[in-house]
Amino acid sequence: MFHLILFLFFGAICVAGAVNLLVQSHPINSALSLIAVMASLAAEYLLLGAEFVAAVQVIVYAGAIMVLFVITIMLLNAGKEERTKGSRVAILIGVPGVLIGGVLVAWTLLYRSNTQAVPIGALKGDPHDIARLLFHDFLLPFEVTSVLILIAIMGAVVLASRPEAVARGPRKDAE
Amino acid sequence: MSITTFVIISIIKSVAVLGVLLTAVAYSVWLERKVSAHIQNRWGPTRVGPFGLLQPVADGVKFIFKEDLTQPHVYKPIFIAAPIIALVFAITSISVIPFGNWVDIGPWGTYLQITDLNIGLLVVLGITSMGVYGVALAGWSSNNKYSLLGGLRASAQMVSYEVSLGLSLVGVLIITGSLSLRDIVDAQRHLHWNIFLQPVAFFIYLISAYAETNRTPFDLPEAESELVAGYHTEYSAMKFAMFFMAEYANMVTVACLATLLFFGGWLGPVFGPPILQMILPVLWFCLKVFFFMFLYIWVRWTLPRFRYDQLMAFGWKVLLPLAVANIVVTALIVAWRA
Amino acid sequence: MIPLFYYLLLSGILFVCGVLGFLIKRNIITIFMSIELMLNGVNLSFVAFAAQWHALSGQVFVFFVMVVAAAEAAVGLAIIIAVYRTRETLNVDRVNLLKL
Repeated sequence: MFHLILFLFFGAICVAGAVNLLVQSHPINSALSLIAVMASLAAEYLLLGAEFVAAVQVIVYAGAIMVLFVITIMLLNAGKEERTKGSRVAILIGVPGVLIGGVLVAWTLLYRSNTQAVPIGALKGDPHDIARLLFHDFLLPFEVTSVLILIAIMGAVVLASRPEAVARGPRKDAE
Repeated sequence: MSITTFVIISIIKSVAVLGVLLTAVAYSVWLERKVSAHIQNRWGPTRVGPFGLLQPVADGVKFIFKEDLTQPHVYKPIFIAAPIIALVFAITSISVIPFGNWVDIGPWGTYLQITDLNIGLLVVLGITSMGVYGVALAGWSSNNKYSLLGGLRASAQMVSYEVSLGLSLVGVLIITGSLSLRDIVDAQRHLHWNIFLQPVAFFIYLISAYAETNRTPFDLPEAESELVAGYHTEYSAMKFAMFFMAEYANMVTVACLATLLFFGGWLGPVFGPPILQMILPVLWFCLKVFFFMFLYIWVRWTLPRFRYDQLMAFGWKVLLPLAVANIVVTALIVAWRA
Repeated sequence: MIPLFYYLLLSGILFVCGVLGFLIKRNIITIFMSIELMLNGVNLSFVAFAAQWHALSGQVFVFFVMVVAAAEAAVGLAIIIAVYRTRETLNVDRVNLLKL
């Protein structure tokens, strides 16, 4: 009972945030509702017992990635989005298609999967066990992702710096 | 323990901790004014109460009675939400901070901590990382160039220094092998404080923490001489007070964390009758936290402000490599001893 | 005790909202946020299935998804800034020329 109430509460925030992301026309409102979605998803992870994943969700997603989004919106001073012809076509064809797909997924989940009922904290994602998996069984993927991050950092720096700054090379007067 | 007693004890603990935290916030403002005055050979607040001790009350009354301006050009919903976000996240992180040992009160016993999570440290990091939004959104929604610059600087600075802050804690985690703050303190018994084992990590933590809380020498987001007041230029009355409280609550949290991670938390000489044995650990904890608060103020009135590019270069080119090197050395030593 | 199906349904709803946002939004930043929403929906189903099969690898995989999402966000936002610098618009319909 308690589990259901908590699930419904955070699930409602999630869905409301996701719908709000679609409805709002100003990107900063969309970003804030996405943050709400991510924070309540962390609560859902906690309900499933994935405490480490929940903490990382808040730190990485809500605390780092979304901050980048908010900074970009602030930096570019993004205003309300304008409606164009393409968006009308996308709504006319996309929305029904996606809804059909969503119903199909729900139907499959409902009738074709044999999921069981789970208590609060079904599978405890203890940091110790996660670390053992991460640094033992998944060591190679872990190292590969670190290379990926490195490439992403360099790519971001090159892309975001002004072209003339790249051509000129590092500033000599900077300390 | 039945669920009712659990709930009652939790509520009592929450109310007590919140009360102590808010009082500490109010009196650290008093402390700041007093210490800064004495550093500059002045007297500071003396008029309200003995030694100006009632000054926080006067400040609070003043904040409440000031006119709460909402300028016509601001983006209203976010302008109002921003100080609330800042304050809520600043206060929430105290909920996993342990401040004492197990105590027995009559038939019940409890840890002196609102809740003991085995991911406690991650929770603190997560909540403080959410605190960026208050500052960033305040700067953006004020619709003012000084505020926007302050907000941008603050968010960039906090995101950058969060990396080295997090990495500086990894050394401690490698030694302790636990993310629970209680376990980390328990591992430091017999004066095996982490400050002796991880001095480099401690200084990285301290510097990053100053930058995280936007304190001098890293107070660029609100640099008075260049940005008027940074992200809270447009704020007045209680909304401004909320930012102020959030800043000091963050300082208290960071000081608590430094105490727990590096200075053995509530550990210290314990003696005497049972009641004294119960109080002394809390006293040691409070003293250590007070020391860090004092250090904050001391540093503020000693060091000048950095330039912005110096700040970023220092964070990314000095602190980050140093933190990574510290992790590598610690891991090597731990692996060699095992 | 609640059926795991609820979690999967929630993740499905989030994913569908993400796809919808991807299709109907015209602001490039919001489109990018819709992608993050889709990733979040998928992450929830990973954690839910990890609970179903009692396999922690599901949770570890969420960790990998987050790392990739972080890398993607960094590069993607850098691209957005670069696009804005040359086109001075965030509307994807106006970014329709290969060469200026």
